[in-house]
This record gives sequence, C-alpha cells and structure tokens, in this order.
Amino acid sequence: MSGKNGVRGDHRLVADLVAPGSRVLDIGCGDGELLDLLVRDNKVDGRGIEISQAGVNACVARGLSVVQGDADSDLADYPDDAFDFVILSQTLQATRAPRVVLDQLLRIGSNVIVSFPNFGVWRNRLQLMFLGRMPVTDYLPYSWYDTPNIHFCTIRDFVSMCEETNAHMVKAMALNARGEPVGFTAPWWVWNLIGEQALFLLKR
Amino acid sequence: MPASLWTDEQKDGRSAMTQETSPEPAPTHAAKGATSGTAANVSTDRRSEMDAPSSQVRAFGGDTALRLDSGALLDPWQIAYETYGTLNADRSNAVLICHALTGDQYVASSNPITSKPGWWSMLVGPGRPVDTNLYYVICANVLGGCLGTTGPASTNPATGKRWGLDLPLVTIKDMVHAQAVLLDHLGIESLFAVVGGSMGGMQVLQWASSYPERVFAALPIATAARHSSQNIAFHEVGRQAVMADPNWCGGRYFDKGVRPSKGLAVARMAAHITYLSDPALHRKFGRNLQDREAVTFGFDADFQIESYLRHQGMTFVDRFDPNAYLYLTRAMDYFDLGADFGGTLARAFLHSATRFCVMSFTSDWLFPTSESKAIVRALNAAAANVSFVEVESDRGHDAFLLDEPEMFRTVVGFLTGAAHARGIAPPTGGAA
Repeated sequence: MSGKNGVRGDHRLVADLVAPGSRVLDIGCGDGELLDLLVRDNKVDGRGIEISQAGVNACVARGLSVVQGDADSDLADYPDDAFDFVILSQTLQATRAPRVVLDQLLRIGSNVIVSFPNFGVWRNRLQLMFLGRMPVTDYLPYSWYDTPNIHFCTIRDFVSMCEETNAHMVKAMALNARGEPVGFTAPWWVWNLIGEQALFLLKR
Repeated sequence: MPASLWTDEQKDGRSAMTQETSPEPAPTHAAKGATSGTAANVSTDRRSEMDAPSSQVRAFGGDTALRLDSGALLDPWQIAYETYGTLNADRSNAVLICHALTGDQYVASSNPITSKPGWWSMLVGPGRPVDTNLYYVICANVLGGCLGTTGPASTNPATGKRWGLDLPLVTIKDMVHAQAVLLDHLGIESLFAVVGGSMGGMQVLQWASSYPERVFAALPIATAARHSSQNIAFHEVGRQAVMADPNWCGGRYFDKGVRPSKGLAVARMAAHITYLSDPALHRKFGRNLQDREAVTFGFDADFQIESYLRHQGMTFVDRFDPNAYLYLTRAMDYFDLGADFGGTLARAFLHSATRFCVMSFTSDWLFPTSESKAIVRALNAAAANVSFVEVESDRGHDAFLLDEPEMFRTVVGFLTGAAHARGIAPPTGGAA
C-alpha cells in the first residue's frame, strides 16, 4: 500500500491542512516522505502504518515511528480519538473494505484527510470509451491484472460514501495533473471530470 | 566424544547458528570432555567468577537490600556489570543492554570463562549500531545468573556455602529492580535506551512499564510480553533434564563435588533446537553424516546435526550453572506483564512517553512475530510512540544475535532518530 501512483503532488497540500504540533497518523505512509515532511515542517507528533516491510524499514531507518500493518485489519487496535489528524493518502483505493476503513478513520481521528485518484477524470473516460481498455495513465500506471488498486472510485462516488457515513466534509478539492488544486469552485460533476486526484478533509 | 567433531563446513554452520555467536568453535573446549561432571579447573574458575567476577561488581545490602517479587528479602546481594564508552556531561547518553537467558554482562568484551568475544559485539561497540563512541553502554549480569550477580551458585554469606535452591526465586521484575538500583548507584537517573532480545526483551518491556520516566527509548527484540504455554513446556523439559541427572543431588551438587553436566547438556540441546529453524537446519546440515560414509546401525552421532547439538550441550556446561538455568528459565515462565495490569497489556504502557521500536524475525517460532504484534497492538491502544519492524531471516530465534543487516539498519535508524529527539549528536559510525 505504498500508494505509488506516479507523482504525489498532494503532499504540500496535505501539510497545509495539518495543524502544527498536532498528533498525526499517516496510513500507508510508504517510505515516509509525507510523514517526514510533517514531522520536519509542521513539528507534528507523527506515526505511520505501512504494509510493506521495505517501506517500514526505510521509515524507521530515517527516524520515523512506523509500524508494519494494514489499514484493513490494524486500525481497530487504536483507541477512539487517538489522533488529531489521520491521513490516508492515495491508499483508499487499495483497501479491501474502503467503507469500513473510512469508519475507522473517523473513529480514531478528529480530522481525517483522504486523497485518492479520481477514476472519473475525462482522460480515463476517453480511454475506456474509445480504446475499450482499462485506463493506464501517469497517475494509474498499473495494468488491470497487477494493480494494487482494487476499489477505484470517482469523486462523486466518494462524496456519496461520505454522505452515507454521515462524515462532515470540511474541505474538498480537485487536483489537476500537476497536483495543484483546481483554482475555481465548480459543481461536483465538473470536478469529477477534470480532477486527476481529489483531497478531502473530513470530520465526524 | 572425539575432539575432531567438526568439518570446516560445520564450523561455518556453527558460527552462523550458535547462540553464543562465537566465530569458531575452540577445539580445546571440545576436547575438555566437560560432560564428565567433575572438571575441577572449570569449577574453580567458575567459583571465582560467581563471587568475584572479572567485571565490575557492586555489593548492596542493609538500606539497599532487595525486596523480591516473592516477598523474600535479599540482603546482601551484588550485581556484576560491564560498561563501555563515556557518560556525557548531562548524563543523557546511557544505554542499558539486557542479556538473554544464557547471556552475561560481557556484551562487547571477551568472556573470562570462554575467552570468546562479547555475545553482541556485532551490535555494540565503536562504530557499531549501538555506538560506544557516542553512547555509554551498561550491561549487567541478571539476578539469578552465574557470572557475578547474586544467583544460586553464589556464596550465601549467611552459611558460607553456595545458595543452591535456598536462593528465593527471582522474576524478570526483580532483575529490572536490581538493575535500577545499580543505575541509582551509578548516578544515572534516566536511560537514553534499553535494548535487549528474548529474555532481554522481557526486561526491556518491564523497564518501560516499571520505570517509564527513566526510559527514553525502548528496543525489545524477538520477545513477548508473556511466556507462551509452548515456551514454558520447552523450559520444563530442560529443567526436568537437569533434575533427572543423579549428579544434581536436589540442587546440592556443589556440596557433593559433582555436577549435573549431562542433564544440563541435554537441556541445552533441546533448547538449542528451539533457537533455530527447520529451513536453517536443513540448509546447514540436511541429513549429512558426521565423518562417515554410511550409518553405523548404532547410537553414535551418525548425523552432523547430532554432533552439532552434542557440541552445543558440551560447551554450554563449561560456562553455565545448572541451578542458574533452573532459576532463569523459571523467571521467564513467570513473566506475564499484562497480568500485572488486570490482563490488559495496554495498561502497562498507559501515558508512556517512551519511544518504542519492536522487532521480530520471520522464522522465529519461539518468539514469533504474533507476540511482537501483540505488544505493538497494546502500545497502539495506549497511544504510545511505537515502531515495528519484522526482519526477514531464516535463522530462527537466534537471528537477533547474528549478522542481520536489516536489524542493524533498524537499530541505527531508531537510535539516531531518538538521539536527535533527545539532543544527542547522531552517531558518526555506520552500521556493520
């Protein structure tokens, strides 16, 4: 679940959402790039969960507090409200039960930051429509048979899941191909068409 | 048993697998025939190491008598220890190493009985992951041990004879308590880190629970928060082997001038199997025969693995007291940290500010990863600061004592991060 879907332009944006000095859990923290940024720049008390041993070892070797674990099975071990911010960056689509994971995130974190690749972006729609093939892009470089991403969703899919779980959407943004926020407000269907990625800040 | 037990290939195998991590088996040890049970020289050497060890030693008593878990009072008592490196001006760089069942205080210096290098000298030393150029390292022989800290082979000052089974049983908590008293004496209020594997890891967990304010970072390796039923079972087999030896004499073998060496050797052989793994044994020994072309249709050591285990048993009795083996295995059996907190392990670490790094090895079936994960779960539930690394290795439980680069990298990374947080300069030496 190292979530390496090409360029991760959302790290700076995530860091801007995280209050300095807060307690943070980064789930699917990979080699610790984002967590390191948060510990260094935001001075957070940071923890991580990463599924790959190589990722965990890299994190611990750079001085981060990271445990080997799985978003699907290990979040249940954390107490309620254990963290000020829980981050699931580019990982939701790789979980077995995204809805259960979201419930857990909302339980253990006062604030939940979720980013994910938007499967509904026009580029994907065109590939599917004109090539009749599963989309392979810079953001989603895997073929269908070897992808860790087993639960793709679009921005609108995610919004409806948030509504079903009664999650309060504090902030939402669509990101363009360069990982920058789309600089204007637009109806969901527009974001769903042009957003390569989406970034949400949720509360219970 | 012939002295030439070892082919070169086996020597390699032994050096890679033995609990003692000695580079080469010394032929003299094999030739000594220590299983005879009355090796006078060895006995004299050991006696002096038990009461007046080659290492530093500190005696306590009176005000500093030790109240044990069992309720008994140990007065007087002593603790033998080694130190490496220099304590810095603000006394913030002390690292306590806790040794395993058959370890000792000679973590990074030559053992006076075996003359072998320190049992963890790959991990601890100048430029090593626990860098003695940077940290002040302390390692003490555990309470109940047999290399200078009060144990069943020490002389009971009240009688002038060895304690034997008159020594009250000791627990992991008692060992840690004794170490804490030593640190008081050394003027070390707070430890930068406590590091240990197996039984040493149990002490690390006990330290973090009993003295959270004195432990900045904790590194429990290949261990568990409670000894499993299977592990108690293995220990019981070992103890029964010792006690079934007629030379054990109800624990009074010193008075009778004999030693239950055969029993202890069998205990060690059985235990040693649990430190290894099936794939590692198969890789090193397979069904290879020992210095012969065919099986002999008898009960000599036909197979290399038999010869290897016999050698392990034989060399062990040279350096270890049989009663101490009973006491220390019992201390591990009794260890159940969660039980002290109403059965909820997380409560052992509540409000802990200690930084933890828990480590396990994939092929360790004595202290499997699931035991480490239980510790991690409890630490998470207590919202403690925890890292967890499972190192890929096929060498079983023994892996923690061996050359495991992934383990070394983890130790360096964890300690460096913690040293940064505590304001100690990062180590300059690299990992092995």
